[in-house]
Amino acid sequence: MQTTILYIGRDTEITTVMNRLLNARPEWKGICVCTDDEAISVCKEQQIDLVLLGNGIDAECEKVLRTKLTEIRPELKIIQHYGGGSGLLYGEIMTALSQDF
Amino acid sequence: MSQFILHKENTRGHANHGWLNAHHSFSFANYYNPERMHFGVLRVLNDDLIDGGMGFGSHPHDNMEIITIPLAGAIAHKDSMGNSAVIKNGEIQVMSAGTGVSHSEFNANADEQLNLLQIWLFPNKKNVTPRYDQQTLDVEARHNNFQQILSPNADDAGVWIHQDAWFSLGKFDAGFETEYKIKKAGNGVYAFVINGEVTINGQVLSKRDGLGVWDTDSISFKANTADAEVLLMDVPMELN
Repeated sequence: MQTTILYIGRDTEITTVMNRLLNARPEWKGICVCTDDEAISVCKEQQIDLVLLGNGIDAECEKVLRTKLTEIRPELKIIQHYGGGSGLLYGEIMTALSQDF
Repeated sequence: MSQFILHKENTRGHANHGWLNAHHSFSFANYYNPERMHFGVLRVLNDDLIDGGMGFGSHPHDNMEIITIPLAGAIAHKDSMGNSAVIKNGEIQVMSAGTGVSHSEFNANADEQLNLLQIWLFPNKKNVTPRYDQQTLDVEARHNNFQQILSPNADDAGVWIHQDAWFSLGKFDAGFETEYKIKKAGNGVYAFVINGEVTINGQVLSKRDGLGVWDTDSISFKANTADAEVLLMDVPMELN
Protein backbone atom coordinates (compact mmCIF):
# COMPACT_ATOMS: atom_id res chain seq x y z
CA MET A 1 0.00 0.00 0.00
CA GLN A 2 1.31 3.44 -0.92
CA THR A 3 1.80 6.15 1.66
CA THR A 4 0.81 9.56 0.33
CA ILE A 5 3.08 12.32 1.56
CA LEU A 6 2.47 16.03 1.12
CA TYR A 7 5.51 18.29 1.24
CA ILE A 8 5.11 22.04 1.71
CA GLY A 9 8.13 24.30 1.24
CA ARG A 10 8.80 27.74 -0.19
CA ASP A 11 12.01 27.00 -2.11
CA THR A 12 11.21 25.77 -5.61
CA GLU A 13 14.57 24.00 -6.07
CA ILE A 14 14.12 22.02 -2.87
CA THR A 15 10.50 21.31 -3.77
CA THR A 16 11.65 19.83 -7.09
CA VAL A 17 14.20 17.62 -5.31
CA MET A 18 11.60 16.51 -2.78
CA ASN A 19 9.19 15.61 -5.57
CA ARG A 20 11.86 13.43 -7.18
CA LEU A 21 12.88 11.75 -3.92
CA LEU A 22 9.39 11.08 -2.65
CA ASN A 23 8.27 9.56 -5.93
CA ALA A 24 11.43 7.46 -6.38
CA ARG A 25 10.19 4.86 -3.92
CA PRO A 26 7.25 2.70 -5.01
CA GLU A 27 5.87 2.64 -1.46
CA TRP A 28 5.54 6.43 -1.38
CA LYS A 29 3.54 8.89 -3.43
CA GLY A 30 4.78 12.44 -3.07
CA ILE A 31 2.90 15.67 -3.71
CA CYS A 32 4.96 18.82 -3.34
CA VAL A 33 3.63 22.35 -3.15
CA CYS A 34 4.96 25.80 -2.31
CA THR A 35 1.87 27.58 -0.98
CA ASP A 36 -0.47 26.99 1.93
CA ASP A 37 -3.55 27.32 -0.28
CA GLU A 38 -2.27 24.55 -2.57
CA ALA A 39 -1.59 22.37 0.47
CA ILE A 40 -5.10 22.86 1.82
CA SER A 41 -6.64 22.07 -1.59
CA VAL A 42 -4.57 18.89 -1.95
CA CYS A 43 -5.52 17.79 1.53
CA LYS A 44 -9.22 18.26 0.76
CA GLU A 45 -8.99 16.33 -2.49
CA GLN A 46 -6.68 13.45 -1.60
CA GLN A 47 -6.10 11.01 1.22
CA ILE A 48 -2.86 12.34 2.72
CA ASP A 49 -1.07 10.21 5.32
CA LEU A 50 1.81 12.46 6.26
CA VAL A 51 2.70 16.12 5.85
CA LEU A 52 6.29 17.34 5.77
CA LEU A 53 6.78 21.00 6.61
CA GLY A 54 9.75 22.31 4.67
CA ASN A 55 11.70 25.52 4.60
CA GLY A 56 10.49 29.10 4.75
CA ILE A 57 7.25 28.42 6.66
CA ASP A 58 7.16 30.93 9.50
CA ALA A 59 5.69 30.16 12.91
CA GLU A 60 2.35 31.86 12.23
CA CYS A 61 1.86 30.08 8.88
CA GLU A 62 2.81 26.77 10.49
CA LYS A 63 0.23 27.26 13.24
CA VAL A 64 -2.52 28.08 10.73
CA LEU A 65 -1.52 25.19 8.46
CA ARG A 66 -1.52 22.67 11.28
CA THR A 67 -4.95 23.84 12.40
CA LYS A 68 -6.51 23.84 8.92
CA LEU A 69 -4.99 20.55 7.78
CA THR A 70 -6.01 18.67 10.91
CA GLU A 71 -9.52 20.14 10.65
CA ILE A 72 -9.71 18.48 7.24
CA ARG A 73 -8.02 15.25 8.34
CA PRO A 74 -7.85 14.86 12.14
CA GLU A 75 -5.68 11.73 11.85
CA LEU A 76 -3.03 13.52 9.79
CA LYS A 77 0.60 13.27 10.90
CA ILE A 78 2.49 16.53 10.45
CA ILE A 79 6.25 16.75 11.01
CA GLN A 80 9.07 19.18 10.29
CA HIS A 81 11.39 18.11 7.48
CA TYR A 82 14.96 19.19 8.02
CA GLY A 83 17.80 19.32 5.54
CA GLY A 84 15.98 20.00 2.29
CA GLY A 85 15.63 16.68 0.51
CA SER A 86 18.68 15.28 2.19
CA GLY A 87 19.85 12.09 3.83
CA LEU A 88 17.44 12.68 6.69
CA LEU A 89 14.27 12.14 4.66
CA TYR A 90 13.97 8.36 4.87
CA GLY A 91 14.54 8.28 8.62
CA GLU A 92 12.08 11.11 9.25
CA ILE A 93 9.33 9.37 7.30
CA MET A 94 9.97 5.93 8.78
CA THR A 95 9.97 7.37 12.29
CA ALA A 96 6.77 9.36 11.71
CA LEU A 97 4.94 6.38 10.24
CA SER A 98 5.94 4.16 13.16
CA GLN A 99 4.70 6.58 15.81
CA ASP A 100 1.26 7.40 17.14
CA PHE A 101 0.55 11.12 17.09
CA MET B 1 23.90 10.08 37.85
CA SER B 2 25.36 10.46 34.37
CA GLN B 3 24.05 8.37 31.52
CA PHE B 4 25.87 7.22 28.43
CA ILE B 5 25.49 5.50 25.09
CA LEU B 6 28.33 3.71 23.37
CA HIS B 7 28.56 3.42 19.58
CA LYS B 8 31.37 1.08 18.59
CA GLU B 9 33.03 1.72 15.26
CA ASN B 10 31.78 -1.50 13.69
CA THR B 11 28.15 -0.82 14.59
CA ARG B 12 27.94 2.30 12.41
CA GLY B 13 25.90 2.31 9.25
CA HIS B 14 27.97 1.68 6.12
CA ALA B 15 27.46 2.51 2.47
CA ASN B 16 30.11 1.87 -0.17
CA HIS B 17 29.26 3.58 -3.45
CA GLY B 18 32.66 2.92 -5.00
CA TRP B 19 33.85 6.51 -5.13
CA LEU B 20 32.33 7.16 -1.70
CA ASN B 21 32.87 4.93 1.29
CA ALA B 22 30.70 6.31 4.09
CA HIS B 23 30.18 5.35 7.71
CA HIS B 24 27.21 6.80 9.53
CA SER B 25 27.11 7.12 13.32
CA PHE B 26 23.42 8.03 13.04
CA SER B 27 20.66 7.10 10.59
CA PHE B 28 21.38 8.66 7.21
CA ALA B 29 20.18 8.05 3.66
CA ASN B 30 19.31 4.35 3.34
CA TYR B 31 20.80 3.49 6.74
CA TYR B 32 17.87 3.58 9.14
CA ASN B 33 18.22 2.49 12.73
CA PRO B 34 15.49 3.79 15.06
CA GLU B 35 17.97 3.49 17.95
CA ARG B 36 20.44 5.74 16.14
CA MET B 37 18.48 8.83 15.15
CA HIS B 38 20.33 11.56 17.02
CA PHE B 39 22.18 12.53 20.17
CA GLY B 40 20.37 15.63 21.34
CA VAL B 41 20.60 18.12 18.48
CA LEU B 42 23.47 16.17 16.88
CA ARG B 43 21.71 14.48 13.96
CA VAL B 44 24.45 13.45 11.51
CA LEU B 45 28.00 12.27 11.97
CA ASN B 46 29.28 10.91 8.68
CA ASP B 47 32.83 9.67 8.20
CA ASP B 48 33.32 9.85 4.42
CA LEU B 49 36.18 8.58 2.25
CA ILE B 50 35.99 10.14 -1.21
CA ASP B 51 38.10 9.10 -4.18
CA GLY B 52 40.28 11.57 -6.03
CA GLY B 53 38.34 14.10 -8.11
CA MET B 54 34.99 12.68 -7.03
CA GLY B 55 32.28 14.25 -4.92
CA PHE B 56 28.74 15.50 -4.53
CA GLY B 57 27.30 17.63 -7.33
CA SER B 58 25.16 20.65 -6.57
CA HIS B 59 22.34 19.82 -4.18
CA PRO B 60 20.16 21.88 -1.81
CA HIS B 61 19.85 21.97 1.96
CA ASP B 62 17.71 23.87 4.44
CA ASN B 63 17.35 24.36 8.18
CA MET B 64 20.47 22.57 9.28
CA GLU B 65 23.85 23.61 10.68
CA ILE B 66 26.41 21.72 8.58
CA ILE B 67 30.00 21.41 9.78
CA THR B 68 32.75 19.82 7.72
CA ILE B 69 36.11 18.81 9.16
CA PRO B 70 38.62 17.39 6.65
CA LEU B 71 40.80 14.74 8.31
CA ALA B 72 42.98 14.03 5.26
CA GLY B 73 43.12 15.71 1.88
CA ALA B 74 41.17 18.75 0.72
CA ILE B 75 37.60 19.50 -0.31
CA ALA B 76 36.51 21.95 -3.01
CA HIS B 77 33.30 23.74 -2.05
CA LYS B 78 31.02 25.94 -4.16
CA ASP B 79 27.64 27.29 -3.14
CA SER B 80 24.71 29.41 -4.28
CA MET B 81 25.84 32.26 -2.00
CA GLY B 82 28.85 32.74 -4.28
CA ASN B 83 31.42 31.05 -2.07
CA SER B 84 34.14 29.01 -3.73
CA ALA B 85 36.83 27.59 -1.48
CA VAL B 86 39.16 24.70 -0.77
CA ILE B 87 39.16 23.42 2.79
CA LYS B 88 41.99 21.17 3.91
CA ASN B 89 43.05 19.22 6.96
CA GLY B 90 43.57 21.69 9.82
CA GLU B 91 40.60 23.79 8.78
CA ILE B 92 36.88 23.77 9.54
CA GLN B 93 33.92 24.80 7.42
CA VAL B 94 30.43 25.72 8.56
CA MET B 95 27.26 26.38 6.62
CA SER B 96 23.91 27.46 8.06
CA ALA B 97 21.44 26.20 5.46
CA GLY B 98 18.49 28.20 6.86
CA THR B 99 15.96 29.15 4.22
CA GLY B 100 17.86 27.17 1.58
CA VAL B 101 21.22 26.92 -0.09
CA SER B 102 22.76 24.74 -2.79
CA HIS B 103 26.31 23.53 -2.73
CA SER B 104 28.72 21.08 -4.30
CA GLU B 105 31.57 19.29 -2.57
CA PHE B 106 34.38 17.52 -4.41
CA ASN B 107 37.73 16.02 -3.55
CA ALA B 108 40.06 18.85 -4.61
CA ASN B 109 42.84 16.41 -5.49
CA ALA B 110 42.70 13.96 -8.38
CA ASP B 111 45.26 11.54 -6.95
CA GLU B 112 44.61 11.62 -3.21
CA GLN B 113 41.77 10.25 -1.13
CA LEU B 114 39.75 12.72 0.93
CA ASN B 115 38.57 11.79 4.41
CA LEU B 116 36.15 14.14 6.10
CA LEU B 117 33.71 14.29 8.95
CA GLN B 118 30.41 15.86 8.06
CA ILE B 119 28.32 16.82 11.06
CA TRP B 120 24.79 18.18 11.03
CA LEU B 121 23.07 19.81 13.99
CA PHE B 122 19.45 20.84 14.22
CA PRO B 123 19.43 24.66 14.41
CA ASN B 124 17.98 26.55 17.40
CA LYS B 125 16.12 28.80 14.98
CA LYS B 126 14.43 27.86 11.70
CA ASN B 127 14.63 29.79 8.43
CA VAL B 128 17.71 31.87 9.20
CA THR B 129 19.55 33.65 6.38
CA PRO B 130 22.02 31.13 4.90
CA ARG B 131 25.65 31.76 5.78
CA TYR B 132 29.06 30.22 5.16
CA ASP B 133 32.37 30.41 6.98
CA GLN B 134 35.65 28.57 7.18
CA GLN B 135 38.62 28.93 9.48
CA THR B 136 42.18 27.74 9.66
CA LEU B 137 42.85 26.26 13.08
CA ASP B 138 46.06 26.41 15.07
CA VAL B 139 46.78 22.68 15.12
CA GLU B 140 49.56 23.08 17.71
CA ALA B 141 47.05 24.53 20.19
CA ARG B 142 45.27 21.19 20.50
CA HIS B 143 48.32 19.29 21.81
CA ASN B 144 47.22 17.92 25.20
CA ASN B 145 44.34 20.37 25.12
CA PHE B 146 40.72 20.40 24.01
CA GLN B 147 40.89 23.26 21.51
CA GLN B 148 37.52 24.94 20.94
CA ILE B 149 36.74 24.98 17.23
CA LEU B 150 33.03 25.90 17.25
CA SER B 151 30.63 27.76 19.53
CA PRO B 152 27.34 29.70 19.42
CA ASN B 153 29.21 33.01 19.67
CA ALA B 154 30.65 34.97 16.76
CA ASP B 155 33.33 36.52 19.00
CA ASP B 156 34.47 33.24 20.55
CA ALA B 157 37.17 30.80 19.38
CA GLY B 158 36.44 28.84 16.21
CA VAL B 159 33.48 29.14 13.86
CA TRP B 160 29.97 29.86 15.14
CA ILE B 161 26.58 28.31 14.49
CA HIS B 162 22.90 28.80 15.27
CA GLN B 163 22.90 26.37 18.17
CA ASP B 164 24.10 26.27 21.79
CA ALA B 165 26.85 23.83 20.87
CA TRP B 166 30.60 23.78 21.39
CA PHE B 167 33.05 21.52 19.54
CA SER B 168 36.59 20.83 20.67
CA LEU B 169 39.44 18.91 19.10
CA GLY B 170 42.39 17.48 21.02
CA LYS B 171 45.50 15.45 20.25
CA PHE B 172 47.10 13.82 23.24
CA ASP B 173 50.22 12.10 24.51
CA ALA B 174 49.80 8.64 26.02
CA GLY B 175 48.86 8.87 29.68
CA PHE B 176 47.58 12.45 29.50
CA GLU B 177 44.53 12.94 31.72
CA THR B 178 42.11 15.82 32.00
CA GLU B 179 38.51 16.71 32.69
CA TYR B 180 36.16 18.40 30.24
CA LYS B 181 33.52 20.66 31.73
CA ILE B 182 30.25 20.84 29.81
CA LYS B 183 29.65 24.40 28.63
CA LYS B 184 25.94 24.70 29.31
CA ALA B 185 23.58 23.06 31.80
CA GLY B 186 21.45 20.46 30.03
CA ASN B 187 23.98 19.79 27.32
CA GLY B 188 25.55 16.38 26.76
CA VAL B 189 28.84 15.46 25.13
CA TYR B 190 29.33 13.13 22.19
CA ALA B 191 32.97 12.08 21.94
CA PHE B 192 34.23 10.69 18.64
CA VAL B 193 37.67 9.08 18.54
CA ILE B 194 39.50 10.11 15.38
CA ASN B 195 42.67 8.18 16.20
CA GLY B 196 44.16 6.05 18.93
CA GLU B 197 42.59 4.78 22.12
CA VAL B 198 41.18 6.79 25.01
CA THR B 199 39.18 6.22 28.18
CA ILE B 200 36.22 8.49 28.87
CA ASN B 201 34.24 8.08 32.09
CA GLY B 202 35.71 4.58 32.41
CA GLN B 203 34.76 3.51 28.87
CA VAL B 204 37.66 2.43 26.68
CA LEU B 205 37.18 3.80 23.17
CA SER B 206 39.10 2.90 20.02
CA LYS B 207 39.45 4.63 16.67
CA ARG B 208 36.06 5.79 15.30
CA ASP B 209 34.12 4.74 18.40
CA GLY B 210 31.59 7.24 19.72
CA LEU B 211 30.40 7.81 23.28
CA GLY B 212 27.52 10.06 24.27
CA VAL B 213 27.34 11.21 27.90
CA TRP B 214 24.59 13.29 29.49
CA ASP B 215 23.02 14.21 32.84
CA THR B 216 26.42 15.36 34.05
CA ASP B 217 28.44 18.57 34.15
CA SER B 218 31.82 17.07 33.22
CA ILE B 219 33.56 14.02 31.79
CA SER B 220 36.89 12.45 32.68
CA PHE B 221 39.37 11.80 29.89
CA LYS B 222 42.56 9.78 29.56
CA ALA B 223 44.65 9.12 26.46
CA ASN B 224 45.82 5.51 26.30
CA THR B 225 47.97 5.76 23.19
CA ALA B 226 50.40 8.30 21.80
CA ASP B 227 48.31 9.21 18.76
CA ALA B 228 45.01 9.78 20.56
CA GLU B 229 42.86 12.36 18.77
CA VAL B 230 39.30 13.14 19.82
CA LEU B 231 36.45 15.40 18.76
CA LEU B 232 34.07 16.47 21.53
CA MET B 233 30.63 17.74 20.56
CA ASP B 234 28.94 19.51 23.48
CA VAL B 235 25.30 19.83 22.41
CA PRO B 236 21.83 20.52 23.84
CA MET B 237 20.01 17.29 24.63
CA GLU B 238 16.58 18.82 24.06
CA LEU B 239 15.43 19.46 20.51
CA ASN B 240 14.35 23.10 20.10
